[in-house]
Amino acid sequence: MAEIEDENWTLVVKPKTNWFELNLADLWSYRDLVILFVKRDFVAVYKQTILGPLWYIIQPLLTTITFTIIFGNIAKISTGGVPSVLFYLSGITMWNYFAECLNKTSNTFISNASIFGKVYFPRLAVPVSIIISNLITFFIQLLLFILVLLYYVFTSDIVHINSTMFLLPLLVLIMAGIGLGMGIIISSLTTKYRDLRFLIAFGVQLLMYATPVIYPMSALSPNQKSILLLNPLSSIVETFRYAFTGIGEFNIYYLLYSFVFMIVVLFLGVIMFNRVEKTFMDSV
Amino acid sequence: MSKTVIKVETISKEYRLGEVGSGTLSRDINAWWAKVRGYENPNLRISDLASTTDSSSVHHALKNVSFTVNEGDVLGIIGKNGAGKSTLLKILSRVTTPTSGQFKVRGRIASLLEVGTGFHPDLTGRENIYLNGAILGMRKSEIASKFDEIVSFSGVEKFIDTPVKRYSSGMYVRLAFAVAAHLEPEILIVDEVLAVGDMEFQKKCLGKMKDVSEQGRTVLFVSHNMNAMQQLCTKGILIDKGQLVMEDNIDQVVNQYIGISKVDTLSAEGFARRGNKSVLFKSFYLSDSKGNKIESVIMGDDLYINVVIEKMTEIKGLDVSFTLRNSMGEAISHIQNMDNDFIIPSDDQLIALRIKVDSVLFVPNSYFISVWAGSNSEAYDCIDNCMSFDILNNPVFNRMVYPHNIKVFLRSQWSRI
Repeated sequence: MAEIEDENWTLVVKPKTNWFELNLADLWSYRDLVILFVKRDFVAVYKQTILGPLWYIIQPLLTTITFTIIFGNIAKISTGGVPSVLFYLSGITMWNYFAECLNKTSNTFISNASIFGKVYFPRLAVPVSIIISNLITFFIQLLLFILVLLYYVFTSDIVHINSTMFLLPLLVLIMAGIGLGMGIIISSLTTKYRDLRFLIAFGVQLLMYATPVIYPMSALSPNQKSILLLNPLSSIVETFRYAFTGIGEFNIYYLLYSFVFMIVVLFLGVIMFNRVEKTFMDSV
Repeated sequence: MSKTVIKVETISKEYRLGEVGSGTLSRDINAWWAKVRGYENPNLRISDLASTTDSSSVHHALKNVSFTVNEGDVLGIIGKNGAGKSTLLKILSRVTTPTSGQFKVRGRIASLLEVGTGFHPDLTGRENIYLNGAILGMRKSEIASKFDEIVSFSGVEKFIDTPVKRYSSGMYVRLAFAVAAHLEPEILIVDEVLAVGDMEFQKKCLGKMKDVSEQGRTVLFVSHNMNAMQQLCTKGILIDKGQLVMEDNIDQVVNQYIGISKVDTLSAEGFARRGNKSVLFKSFYLSDSKGNKIESVIMGDDLYINVVIEKMTEIKGLDVSFTLRNSMGEAISHIQNMDNDFIIPSDDQLIALRIKVDSVLFVPNSYFISVWAGSNSEAYDCIDNCMSFDILNNPVFNRMVYPHNIKVFLRSQWSRI
């Protein structure tokens, strides 16, 4: 009799589940939660600020001006022929998205410990919502970039938008994937090793210098370039710049490498995240 | 026979005591690499090596707990603080996983270990209703259809578009509970949320829980309020030291719980002490009038504090006092020997005292007693919160709930003049 009953349980919880149990269906059923998290992240950040969402624009704008003055005018680092404002803004727009995704997702477990300790929902909902809410920020900043770009398109004939720009969704996808993947790997590890939180804070900043954000790939020697290309983000930033200015390098194989890297990192990340989410309440 | 909706099968939960892991990445990698090659962990001390399988460093929060819950049951989970109730709830709510064993569930399960989980202070009441509802597992459309009901239940209509950080704590809790109360899962897990809010609201909550159970849904409920338990629950399980002691109808279980009032140890060893150690508390326990050790007192009954004091040096003018605190750490009362001009005898080295505390009218809660011995100028020995007892509601007082923050009940005589 009991055996017959056992057939139709909606949920069976066991101590250890296999490595690849992803529960994506579970995440899908909580899609409303993901959307509300996105809304919360987006709305709550600039509550009680005067300029509100304008900060999304001020921040990259000021960074661009600073970079233009320091790296362009004082240090005189080449921009490969791209107008320097456009050059830095393009790098910053792409880079910001990655950096924000990584920074925020890497804190998933620690900063949500109080919620996670009280109620169950697919934990992946949190990092996924962060990726999406940052995507909104990214689009706002992209809009700024396009405005600046249009100015240069109409006032000079240095910049040439080309068909590579249709790769933009792919570039964003890879950026998001690597940010999410690395973020959840780090967040899984930080439940045990708090050291990583400090590492990530300045590590992201250092990584920017290993990405062609403030210098063009063309300024590097072949040796330096091959090292730089190990960084999967290099080709994304460079492709983005090439797509909208026509200056820089575009190589589909570099991009393919980034794509494969993203798949691997995401895969590893989700596996680690799955392991940790079951028991992390006992170690935080 | 109604069908089984939760089946818990030999669930155990172990916690490793002390530091988890070695704390640094390099040492863990080191240990892992050694394990891969089949060597001993190089970071272990020799003394640890012999006892790596020793269970002394493992705390068994739950041991082989099995029970079943049928559809429509309202199950009360009863046990002392630290017995494993919360761990059990956490496992059933899927916040953490069992170390061994498994449980099966039929239907959607929602847990309320806390009200207002995920409330964001900067968001308005409206935004938080949606957010909190979604965290608790509701679909957006579900929340939207119940939105008006939730708002009117909470009674904060006027402030629904105000950020919740501007709410009074009462409004905050009411709104939070209102969302929770409108969850419609087949199985609901509730932990002590009744301890919040004012009296009227508590009644509303209890009423809501009754409604839920009357609709044939299954509720698992943890509370220290035995009276509420008896009113709401049909079945009960009693957990003690991580083990299931009893599974029966609620009245039986509550009686059993009140009965298991045994103190494990009388010894005063192992407590953190302060003072110059001129005298030491050797043992202490709480008892009833016959000297039987107890851990709970029915409201209005007498409580006896028993202590044995040892003089370590010649002293004169010894005073003894006790501070009674509630579970929030608030001092509720203070008792000392001077209260009835009692002079602590100093002729023997060992002095045994029994202090009768007349009709304790604290409201149902857990209480802790700190002991102090000294003279007017200095402390000889004092131990904080070394004894504890629960006050159980007394049906004689005709009260099911007491308003939040009420600490002491005063008996009153009402008459018309």
